[in-house]
Amino acid sequence: MFKRFLATVLLLAMVVAVMASCKNESTAKNEFLIGGIGPLTGSAATYGTSVKNAAQLAIDEINENGGVNGMLLKLNFQDDANNPEKAVNAYNTLMDAGMKVLLGTVTSQPCIAVVEESHKDGILQITPSGSAVDCIKYDNAFRICFNDPDQGTASATYIAENLDVKKIGVIYDKSNVYSTGIFEKFKAAAKEKGLEIVSEQAFTDQSNTDFSVQLQNIRESGAELIFIPVYYQEAAYILTQANQAGMSIPFFGCDGLDGIIPQLGDNAQIAEGVMLLTPFAADAQDEKTQKFVKAYKEKYGSIPDQFAADAYDGIYTIAEAIKKAGVTSPDDPDLNQKLIDAMTKIEVKGLTGTMTWDASGEPKKEPKAVKIVNGAYKSMQ
Amino acid sequence: MSFLSQLINGLSVGSIYALIALGYTMVYGIAKMLNFAHGDVIMVGAYTIFTAVSMLGLDYWIAIILSVVFCTVLGIVIEKIAYKPLRKASPLTVLITAIGVSYLLQNIVLLIYGSHQRPFPKIISVKSIKIGENLVISGEAFFTMVITIVIMIILTLFIKNSKTGRAMVAVSEDKGAAELMGINVNRIISITFAIGSGLAAIAGLFFASTYGFIGPYSGAMPGIKAFIAAVLGGIGSIPGAMLGGILLGVVEGLSKAYISTELSDAIVFSILIVILLFKPSGLLGKNVTEKV
Repeated sequence: MFKRFLATVLLLAMVVAVMASCKNESTAKNEFLIGGIGPLTGSAATYGTSVKNAAQLAIDEINENGGVNGMLLKLNFQDDANNPEKAVNAYNTLMDAGMKVLLGTVTSQPCIAVVEESHKDGILQITPSGSAVDCIKYDNAFRICFNDPDQGTASATYIAENLDVKKIGVIYDKSNVYSTGIFEKFKAAAKEKGLEIVSEQAFTDQSNTDFSVQLQNIRESGAELIFIPVYYQEAAYILTQANQAGMSIPFFGCDGLDGIIPQLGDNAQIAEGVMLLTPFAADAQDEKTQKFVKAYKEKYGSIPDQFAADAYDGIYTIAEAIKKAGVTSPDDPDLNQKLIDAMTKIEVKGLTGTMTWDASGEPKKEPKAVKIVNGAYKSMQ
Repeated sequence: MSFLSQLINGLSVGSIYALIALGYTMVYGIAKMLNFAHGDVIMVGAYTIFTAVSMLGLDYWIAIILSVVFCTVLGIVIEKIAYKPLRKASPLTVLITAIGVSYLLQNIVLLIYGSHQRPFPKIISVKSIKIGENLVISGEAFFTMVITIVIMIILTLFIKNSKTGRAMVAVSEDKGAAELMGINVNRIISITFAIGSGLAAIAGLFFASTYGFIGPYSGAMPGIKAFIAAVLGGIGSIPGAMLGGILLGVVEGLSKAYISTELSDAIVFSILIVILLFKPSGLLGKNVTEKV
């Protein structure tokens, strides 16, 4: 009796599976499926939602203008809740659905897990915002944002070329890879660019509430700018205590500072004048940004953030690679290799800058920075 | 000038440690148990004020009173539920229970408020005192120091002169004899916990006001530091807690400034080890000889 029941269930399962695969094959012949993976639920949900929205916006624009090489783009975006295991499951779902290129994942830990899979399958993967070094350790993976340590180089370059300061004080978290990685690159680049680091102040995750001593040391070192490659929670303590001590030296940070304004709550005015490296400022005056912000606001009712900008650029990068590779059908047998080869030959003029890539997968572009003015980001220059 | 301002930094951190250590040392002195959850009661106190002011929009004074009352009740409840049944058990069992209570409080707050740090309302707003170009004493730090000294004096007077205070001393010296003299030992221990936890609420107010933010784990590290301060000064001794706290803050500040910012914790903890080796009863602790 049980065997018979089992057989029926298995048979049913088979039928469903066959039907499901039929459904997949029924997608339009010249539709190029781009997969997306990112957190749509959980604590990092805002990042994934921004990426999904902006990617859809870019795809709609491209399709309205006739698509790429006669193909229309289509987005299938899956939730990973910022969890590596769920991200791999989402990846498998997308591969079954016929994904040709992956835009993702949005956050670093899932990205490191998924890149192992996409490397095995050989498909092109572009992460808009996975900033850990290992996110793109294979040849098939590229990224739109700067990686963590490279933000140190970018910060030093930006400070040397755009700000009128020479003496820098640094406060960094010695127990954190993100902070230490940025600081090491910053130190090397600062030397090259003629900046002098007059005071290096470290802290650890065991001592991340009291910064009075570090701030005092920097004050006495005669620093004209304090570089803080830390997350916004520690930065909130640093800014509060600098304010209590009556210090007026300006601060400069990286993308970890994103979120400092809501963190400070009612005391947001103490973040006035803080500068941070970020690829995108919604108030920038160039035509491209304004057009994007307007379209995004109309469609989703909110102002796009840097994740949205990275994703928008990601889709245009994929479109550019398809054009360069001369691919005209999603069923091209050499599709993967052609697209990956094309990545190092293209130049994309995006929202986050004009980008080119080498085989490492890291983007080459000019760093951009914003300053906090009246409680909002304002692009500099 | 530089040395002076680093000294002031150390003093201001030290006075917070001292304020927390007062509660630690009092509970130990009378109930003879290390209440490792003390740091977390501080965190709960700060969250109570945060909830009352930032979420319910209550007045500052009401919020502070509410926080002291809430922590006092919390202290009594913790003592009744977690520690009282273990009065006859070994000190190790009680110690481990205290660690359990500490984790319990952290995780309850984590569940209710989430893991991110919350901005603490600006309740104590005192102008910083500027003495020279680089020499500034923050108003919060100055206020904390004054309050710590005031509380220390009140506590000492209370224990020396009031009837309850003298009963506390009796319980701390010999529970059995105190009971024979007609003292309700359980009631005295409950009162001790109530006062200790009420003090924790005040410490929470000053700690959170100084640093501006609170999270579910905010109480853990200051709790441990205050414990060291209490041991350093002689656990059980109220002026000792004050001395230990200030000393600890100054050592920490100066070693951060002149030796290494990363090694400062290592230096602080080494001091604890050295003190325990050479003077196990602490700087102002009484040398009690065990009678056989």
